[in-house]
This record gives sequence, structure tokens and C-alpha cells, in this order.
Amino acid sequence: MQNNDTLIQVKNLKKYFKVGRNETLKAVDGVSFNIYKGETLGLVGESGCGKTTCGKTVIGLYDATDGNVIFDGVDINNLNPKEKKEFTKRAQIIFQDPYSSLNPRMTVGDIIGEGIDIHNLYKGKERQSKIYELLETVGLNMEHISRFPHEFSGGQRQRIGIARALAIEPDFIVCDEPISALDVSIQAQIVNLLIELQKKKNLTYLFIAHDLSMIKHISDRVGVMYLGSLVEFTRSDEMYKNPLHPYTKALLSAIPIPDPNVERIKKRIPIEGEIPSPINPKPGCRFASRCKLAKEICLKVMPPLVEVCNEHFVACHRVKNS
Amino acid sequence: MNDEKILEIKNLSVKFNTYAGIAHAVRGIDFNLNKGEVLAIVGESGCGKTVTSKAIMGLLPSPQAVIGRDNSEINFCCKNLLNLNETEMTKIRGEEISMIFQDPMTSLNPTMKIGNQIAESIFIHDNVSMQDAKQQALKMLELVKIPNAKQRLNQYPFEFSGGMRQRVMIAIALACNPKVLIADEPTTALDVTIQAQIMDLIGDLQKELNTGVILVTHDLGVVASVADRIQVMYAGKIVERGTVDEIFYNPKHPYTFALLKSVPKLSTHNKDKLYSLTGTPPDLINPPVGCPFAARCKFGMKICRVKFPKATNFGYTHKCSCWLHHEKADTTGVPAQLLQGGVTSAK
Repeated sequence: MQNNDTLIQVKNLKKYFKVGRNETLKAVDGVSFNIYKGETLGLVGESGCGKTTCGKTVIGLYDATDGNVIFDGVDINNLNPKEKKEFTKRAQIIFQDPYSSLNPRMTVGDIIGEGIDIHNLYKGKERQSKIYELLETVGLNMEHISRFPHEFSGGQRQRIGIARALAIEPDFIVCDEPISALDVSIQAQIVNLLIELQKKKNLTYLFIAHDLSMIKHISDRVGVMYLGSLVEFTRSDEMYKNPLHPYTKALLSAIPIPDPNVERIKKRIPIEGEIPSPINPKPGCRFASRCKLAKEICLKVMPPLVEVCNEHFVACHRVKNS
Repeated sequence: MNDEKILEIKNLSVKFNTYAGIAHAVRGIDFNLNKGEVLAIVGESGCGKTVTSKAIMGLLPSPQAVIGRDNSEINFCCKNLLNLNETEMTKIRGEEISMIFQDPMTSLNPTMKIGNQIAESIFIHDNVSMQDAKQQALKMLELVKIPNAKQRLNQYPFEFSGGMRQRVMIAIALACNPKVLIADEPTTALDVTIQAQIMDLIGDLQKELNTGVILVTHDLGVVASVADRIQVMYAGKIVERGTVDEIFYNPKHPYTFALLKSVPKLSTHNKDKLYSLTGTPPDLINPPVGCPFAARCKFGMKICRVKFPKATNFGYTHKCSCWLHHEKADTTGVPAQLLQGGVTSAK
């Protein structure tokens, strides 16, 4: 199914925020990966690990502090306004919160049509029928076109957000936790819709979530982030069958599984403590403070992301040595 | 399991007066909690699970919320909590029944030191000096495994992370050794790794102190690891109840069945279509007559839209309210798993 054409290449991406005179919040600190055409790349991690910042930087909503994002051969950080507009026509984002990401004073038709107007894609009757078509694609009715966002439920709003992202027929969509604000029964609807659209329109997704079982379900490859850096990166079945990084192992064992018999015999790998602050982080492996296997070297040198076996990358001193 | 009832809810109904009309949030539910067990209430947002727990605590806003008083009962230790006045209720709240709230960020007082917040409830209920109450507070902080408890006692909530604040909430809730603990989505705001820590903590403390716990949640995974019994709520009604194994391995209600199927499992193949329900839960201002799930149910029949089904028994603990289990039901195309067993209810 996959042709290995790279659509996006992220090289050593860094995004820092200044939060005080001598304090820098290193939200994304040296992340590299690539995304193939037509695949779904999942990014997982706990809150505050930089996954949303990473997604927003990849799509150009934040300017990168350092590093490159190369989209189809063009570096998106050095674009002139005309090229930038060209780029935004090909890349879109679906936001996490369907309540605050839609303008409450615009009708659904205007929200979806805004991108079409900006890029001058369709006019008049054609525009109208395009919006109808989009509403139908995401499972809403034609009559919804003149309504306002407050008249919809969370799931329906997320569908409006998806219709808005699809309106200008992009190649690439960043899905920033599109389902975490929704109820279980609605989550399945939205995920099914996203997968169906991907098959139909050959879309490429960067899917950001903290729900590991959902990420496993939707992604071809998965990257696990911890405190601004990628700790493990591989195909999703490999990740769940054979996790190598101690953080990934602990994270996987922490997922509650809706099956009492499995839960009763399951052994959790506990992680003590909490994610440390990303402000002026200590040198060495970011996970060292919570890692049971940490040795001296872990506290001093940050381990690079190395390919351990076929397409399985891990950043850990202990894995490389064993 | 010990079958001594400590809390018994009979025909509880709660209405809210809103601008749009009267919202029927809870529509006549009965259940009980036994000593030392974990009862999980599962359902989607707006199904009435939080309202139920707040009704037990007597925390619903008045006059907006109206509890159907004539025939509703919340019996705790031979007393109907609905008939108590505020002073009597204050005695029970915190000492006998206490609650952990969903959002640890907003449910602590930001201007009070953590130690004082824990000591406060001990001081009020246990008739001890403030000095002793603080000693007790220190013990509680150690019990919920907060490192450096002594220094932490003198810090303010903003100096704690989300997981730590939830631990403080648990410490406050358990400070007076209550008989019933209501945990309202205790881990929804937390990350998976922290969630695992907190759930383990609640489980351990529950066994240690033999408290009865009502766990309110929408996450079936969390339920599987800790609950003894589960009841599934939909649109203000309990549609199915049973032990953990009965609900997970032998669901009888189409809603429970769909809920369990719509969660992706780590063993399923990538990008298979997830089983999904169409539509959304009904509006509770004009709740549908009959079964509230009928509009979204794949196996809906005519009768479903007319009359709410009586509960069918599947063994001693397992009950389900669905017309499919009636002897005259049209069951073509219904998965066999949903139908097996059960004493059919007579019309």
C-alpha cells in the first residue's frame, strides 16, 4: 500500500520558548523523522512532551527555532508570502478542541468556505455545491450550512473542523488530538471517517494523540516523544510487539485494557514520579530521572536516535549496549 | 464478597430547571452499594452519572436541581439522606461519605496550605485539636505516597502537579475514614502513567480501609482493572448491570455491546473499521418515550419507542433492560452473544 516517496522531512527540529530572562522552555528539542506519502504517522506522549508544538511547527503555525521542515522538496521556513500561500493550500490542521477552534460568529458554510475563498478555488454556485458536498462527506446535512457552531454537539463540530480542513483538498493533514475531547462512541465515528477519507483521497496524516490504543489502530508508524525529543520510532505493530525503550515499555504497560482477565494478570512496569519541567532541562537522557536502568552515562550524554533493527529507532544508551 | 448494603438508592430522579425547559437528568434509578466493594457507573457525558453522585452527596445546586422527593430515597445507615437538613448532612458529608472530584486543578482551595486543607476536615469531624489534626494530615499525605510529606504540608496547591493534587484530594477524602467514597472521574484529567499510579492507589487504599467505592467513569479500561460490579447508564437510566466479567464477556444490552466494541484493542489489525454507533445521545429536555437508546439501536423494534423495557434477569447479579430479551422479540440479525440465556420477561 505504501510507496516510499517522502512527503515531509523533519530534520533536527527545535522550538524553544523564552519564558524568563534566563529560562528557555525547550518544547521540541532536536526531533527528526520523515513522513511518506499516503501514510499515517502517529506521535504519542504524555501532556507537555511537545507533541502538539511539534505538529504546529511542522505545519508552519510556529516558526522553528532551528532545524528544517522540508515539504515536498521545499523548506517551509524560508518561504516568501506567495510560496507560503501555496504551502498552506496543501497542508491543513484539525484542532484538538472542537469548541474553541470554530468561530462562533460565522456560519458553518462560511467556516468551511473560508479556505475556498482565500485560495480562489470556486465561486458562486460552484462554491455552494462544493460546501454541500463536503458536508455530506463528513456526515452532516445540507441544511446545516446556515447554522452556527453552538447549535452542534462536540462530535458534529469536529466533523465541521474536518470539513474545513478538507475544503481546499490538501495532501497533508495534521490531526492534533482530534478525538480526545469526544465521547467513546463518537470517537469511533470520527476515526472511521478519517480512515475512510484517507483511503479515498490518498491523504497523509500526522496523527497526534495520547491514547495509545487509538494510535496503534490508525497509524502505520509511531513515534514516542518524551520531554521534547523522540525516544522511539518504528512501525506501529513492531512498537507494540517489541518495545525497546524503557519509557515506551512503561507507557504501554500503563494503558488500561478493557478486558478484566488481561488486567488481572498484567504486570505493570511502574514509573515513579512525574515528567520533569522542560524549562532549562538537565543534560543527558531526558528520561534518566525516572528510569530504573539509568547509569552514569545516561545522566551526562543525551543518547542519539539509532536504528537498532530494521526501521526501529531507539534513543537509549542501555538498549544499544545490550 | 460481603453482601452488607451500606448505601441503597431507590427510584432516584433529578430534574434541572433550565432556560430551555426541564432537563430530566436522572430518571428513576435504583441501586445499592455493598460494604468494601467497588461499583463502577459507566456512561457517556450527559448520561447522569455525575448528577447521581452529587445527589448522594447532597451537593446539587438548589433551587435549579429538583430531586423527586416523594418516592426517591437515598438510604445510608437506616437514614434517608434526602430528609436530612443541612447541619445533619454536613456531619455525614466528609466523615461518612466523601468524594473525589474530576478536576484536581480547580477543586482545591488555592489560598490555603495543603496541610490545612487536609487537617480542616479532620478538625471539623473528629473533635481533636488542630495540632493533632495536622499530625493526622501528615500521616494521610504519607499514606497517599507523596514524597517529602513534611515540607509538602506547608505548600500551596499551585506548587503541586496534577497527579499530586489528585493524591491530595484522595488524602482529604479519606482523612476521616469514610464508609463510602465516591470517585467522580478521578483520572480523566491525568496522563496514562499517572492514571495508573492513581488507580493503583485508590485500589490499595480501598482494600486496606475496606471502604465502599462508587467509581464514576467513561473509560472502560479503567473499570476493568478495579471494579467488582458495573452499571451502565444511558440518558438518565440504568440499562444494564452486572459483575465485571458479566459485563465485559457477556454484555446483554446493545449499548454496552457497542461501547465495548468501539474501543480499539491492541490486538486488532490496523485500520479495520471500528464498530461505531451512529448519532448522538438524546436530548434530556424532551427525553424519548420508551427506550432512550432506540433511535441509535441497530436492532430497534416498534415497541422500543413506546415503552421502556422491564429488566430481564440473567443470573443473580446480571440485569438488563432491553426488549430484545422479550419472548416475542424479533431477533433476526442480532448477534447470538446478546441473546443467550436469561429469563424472558413476560409482557
